[in-house]
Amino acid sequence: MSTTSLPVTGADSLGSPEPRSGKPAARLADARRALVPYGYLTPTMVLLVVLMVIPIVMVIGYSLMDNVIMKKNPQFVGFKHYIDILTSESFWTAVTNTLFFTGVSVIAHLLIGLAFAMMLNTGLIGTRTKAIFRTIYVLPWLFTVAIIAVLWRLLLEPNGVVNFLLTASHLTGTEVEWLSSPETALFAVTFINIWAGYPFYMTSLLAGLQGIPADYYEAAQVDGANAWQRFTAITIPQLKPIIISMALLDFIWTTQQFALIWMTTGGGPLGTTEMLSTFTYKLAFSKYQFGTASASAVIVLVISMVLAFFYVRAQKARD
Amino acid sequence: MDRKLRRLLGKIAVLIALVVGALFAGLPVLWMLSSSFKLNTDIFAYPPQLIPPNPTLEAYTAIFTDPVKVRFFLNSYFISLSVTVLTLLVAVLAAYALSRFEFPFKRVLNVVIISVQAVPPITLLIPYFGLIMFLGLYNTYPGLILTYMVFTLPYAIIMMTGYFNTLPRELDEAVKVDGGSSWTALWRVLVPISVPGLVSVGIYTFMIAWNEYLFALTLTKTPEMRTVPIGIQLLMGQHSYEWNQMMSMSILGCIPILLLFLFFQRYFIGGMTAGAVKN
Repeated sequence: MSTTSLPVTGADSLGSPEPRSGKPAARLADARRALVPYGYLTPTMVLLVVLMVIPIVMVIGYSLMDNVIMKKNPQFVGFKHYIDILTSESFWTAVTNTLFFTGVSVIAHLLIGLAFAMMLNTGLIGTRTKAIFRTIYVLPWLFTVAIIAVLWRLLLEPNGVVNFLLTASHLTGTEVEWLSSPETALFAVTFINIWAGYPFYMTSLLAGLQGIPADYYEAAQVDGANAWQRFTAITIPQLKPIIISMALLDFIWTTQQFALIWMTTGGGPLGTTEMLSTFTYKLAFSKYQFGTASASAVIVLVISMVLAFFYVRAQKARD
Repeated sequence: MDRKLRRLLGKIAVLIALVVGALFAGLPVLWMLSSSFKLNTDIFAYPPQLIPPNPTLEAYTAIFTDPVKVRFFLNSYFISLSVTVLTLLVAVLAAYALSRFEFPFKRVLNVVIISVQAVPPITLLIPYFGLIMFLGLYNTYPGLILTYMVFTLPYAIIMMTGYFNTLPRELDEAVKVDGGSSWTALWRVLVPISVPGLVSVGIYTFMIAWNEYLFALTLTKTPEMRTVPIGIQLLMGQHSYEWNQMMSMSILGCIPILLLFLFFQRYFIGGMTAGAVKN
């Protein structure tokens, strides 16, 4: 928010125009000048109104109507769809799965990201070695979700390389169908998401670590603080603002994750990996229950907006 | 002596940890690369072979000689580049207004632009289907391009506003003194010195567009409008799994992002971090 909350007093400073004479010509010029910023903002506003505001109004409208799109004259049904959704068991399964998937992903992203960032920030290793490792560590970030999904489907095939390594090292007795057995599917998709998402934390935390002044650590060392004490007393507090904003952003994104689930398990088997996003998608595009699907979509929107509110507050607190 | 020894032990410990981490991050990618040079019959060879036993370019030629698959790539490049150029253009204008002008509802607009970033794509998907149909944009390039801009613009505007705010106002005032308009000040003075900011925002935008899946899946219908992520998934839906082709297509599909990363690493990390952390 530092970007947008700076006081603006500048070149065009329309907020504080100098006192002008009341001549009509001058007033017209004033009015024209006052319109200048709106001119610059027009393309953005048109796009956001047509493709963001209107769809949101539409989806809220849909959610209050008897099955829209499919029916010619849909009836207003009030909150019926919301009650249907909130009392359906599959919705709460999706909520639980989403919470597990998101919670575990965010924590693991943070821990792995922090560990890797600290390894890449140590003075014990040469710069060139670190640069090579950094490039390797960033790799998962360079792949689109579709690629990550097919890659891990290949790796996790029953006769694939992961099962080979696990059985060869006697960690598992038999080949596991990671993505198609109800016991393992949720763990498998969560693991894939962890693999795909930690580099985002790593690069940000690395930048954060490099921003901590070295004399903080030197002073702590003079005071006799050991490595763990330096970590908890300097590193963590210094990184805290970055960690909070990233965790919130990641939380928002991960609760919205669709493509990865859709291309690995499709929400199955037996709904064990059904997330709010796949649940909503299926209601709309497989069951054609657009009214119920819209109600679910609005619920997802409300959850995201609440999270976004906390994100904005965390950002404000930092400035 | 003791200190030297401890340092050495620490160094070895860190190196071991780094290698373990590199295996976690890199082995799957190495496996992808290796599988793309295998015959499909060797994919599940027992025991698994990291070095392809019969190395072949078969999977790559299969992609390059199939006009449908080449079209996936052309579509992805065209759409992503268009989204990048248009997003930068529109964002620069909006950011200029937000950075250099004071006007009613500015704060409201700021809050809207920030919170719009958190709107879940799945929420927009249901009304979009009808809306894009209504606008006659179903299964067209403009349909996807405009849709992606909705997701790339807010971030781009926030980042560019931040960038413009760091540039001294005296620069555009000098243009005014010389009798130039705010338009001239923007394009002749601000934009040319904002290239680093434009590069990071451009990379971010390109990546979003290149990776998008949900809307590409829903708002296009015919093979000649499909993008790379959908193309990869289509390969999966075929009667027999052509794993080697899926892997070669994945390798080809990450090349533009990899190149952006290698050439603009500094902007990449700096820009993404700044975006994730500062705005």
